[in-house]
Amino acid sequence: MTSVAICRYGAGNVRSVELALQRLGAELTDDVETADLAILPGDGAARSAMDGLRERGTDELLRERHAAGGAILGICLGLQLALDESEEDGGVPGLGLVPGRAVRLEGGRIPRIGWAPVHPDGETYWFAHSYAAESDATVATSEGFAAVVESGSFTGVQFHPEKSGAAGARFLERCLSRA
Amino acid sequence: MPLPRLIPCLDVAGGRVVKGVNFQGLRDVGDPVELGAAYSEAGADELVFLDISATVEEKAAAVDVAARVAEQVSIPFTFGGGIRTLADAARVLEAGADKISVNSAALARPALIEELARTLGSQAVVVAIDTEGGRVRSHAATRDASRDTVEWARECEERGAGELLVTSIDRDGTQDGYDLEQLELLRDAVGLPVIASGGAGNAQHIAAALDISQAALLASILHDQPARLTALRAELRALGVPLRDAA
Repeated sequence: MTSVAICRYGAGNVRSVELALQRLGAELTDDVETADLAILPGDGAARSAMDGLRERGTDELLRERHAAGGAILGICLGLQLALDESEEDGGVPGLGLVPGRAVRLEGGRIPRIGWAPVHPDGETYWFAHSYAAESDATVATSEGFAAVVESGSFTGVQFHPEKSGAAGARFLERCLSRA
Repeated sequence: MPLPRLIPCLDVAGGRVVKGVNFQGLRDVGDPVELGAAYSEAGADELVFLDISATVEEKAAAVDVAARVAEQVSIPFTFGGGIRTLADAARVLEAGADKISVNSAALARPALIEELARTLGSQAVVVAIDTEGGRVRSHAATRDASRDTVEWARECEERGAGELLVTSIDRDGTQDGYDLEQLELLRDAVGLPVIASGGAGNAQHIAAALDISQAALLASILHDQPARLTALRAELRALGVPLRDAA
């Protein structure tokens, strides 16, 4: 059984991630250092989220984990926080696990909310965001926006697998089996 | 743009899904978790639960409904009805809802929208607007809110709303079709996603609304029967509406 630590730092969306992992039979733990997989979830604003990570010392734990090759999955804001910086809230330095920055979306309706296909993945996932990664580590896109970034042991997804029905469950299952 | 969305709306009171019967009392039509899961299986893109409880005791069940739905349903859902404060909203999101919707409370105190957006993120904040003849109605559409619909929509956007759920009161329940003119005015006025509500009678009506708006709320057209959603999705696809493959 894969053990998973969900980082709690005052940002929303934790309950849904927890429930999705329980449905897949993962063992939940609070230990970010030793879990097979650490998940950095996130909804809301970059600055207060980054402050929350720092106050709890989770930023350092994640950097150490990444340096040691431990698997980390960042979801939505969790992906954006892993970049070098975000232009949200007048500029917020990120964890620097992945090269690049989060930039405000342009074009279309913002926030970008809804289901959209991801290439080359081929699946359709649920998105809800106003910023997206601009990163050389982008490995999959959705309508031209970064949907998945990968750097070492870090994988970041802009979509919400925990809210993406059967397709999301399949994605999380792959993350668990790789970890 | 993401794919057009179909969003079944379930009215809940006292922890049950209910239906108004000729403005007199409510009929119990099922369990919110069971119905929500069945709609999800039938291909719903999201769900909206609207708490129409009349009493404080009934309202206390709302957070429990959100928590139970989140356990069983893995698509996004919005919870609305009776949310007056940031604390109310946070409780529902912590239980596992993805968005909250506010209506009269935002009209009474528009700064509430900013408070919600700043703390929860815009993507979690839906402002529901009941409109009739281009004017906003409040308190379950029983009162004139002394506001122009387009102006209020713009103000909601400026204050940080993430989506607008726009119900045409004069169409609601008629199954005569959505108020397309109002939806066009709003499409041009704001850059937010708009969820169209009120008047869906057939697949053509929904296709026409989805040509203008990003999502369609489905209430009376479904008759609380998930199988009707499956049938509607097939009809909409035949009409060329690019719905998600939910498998």
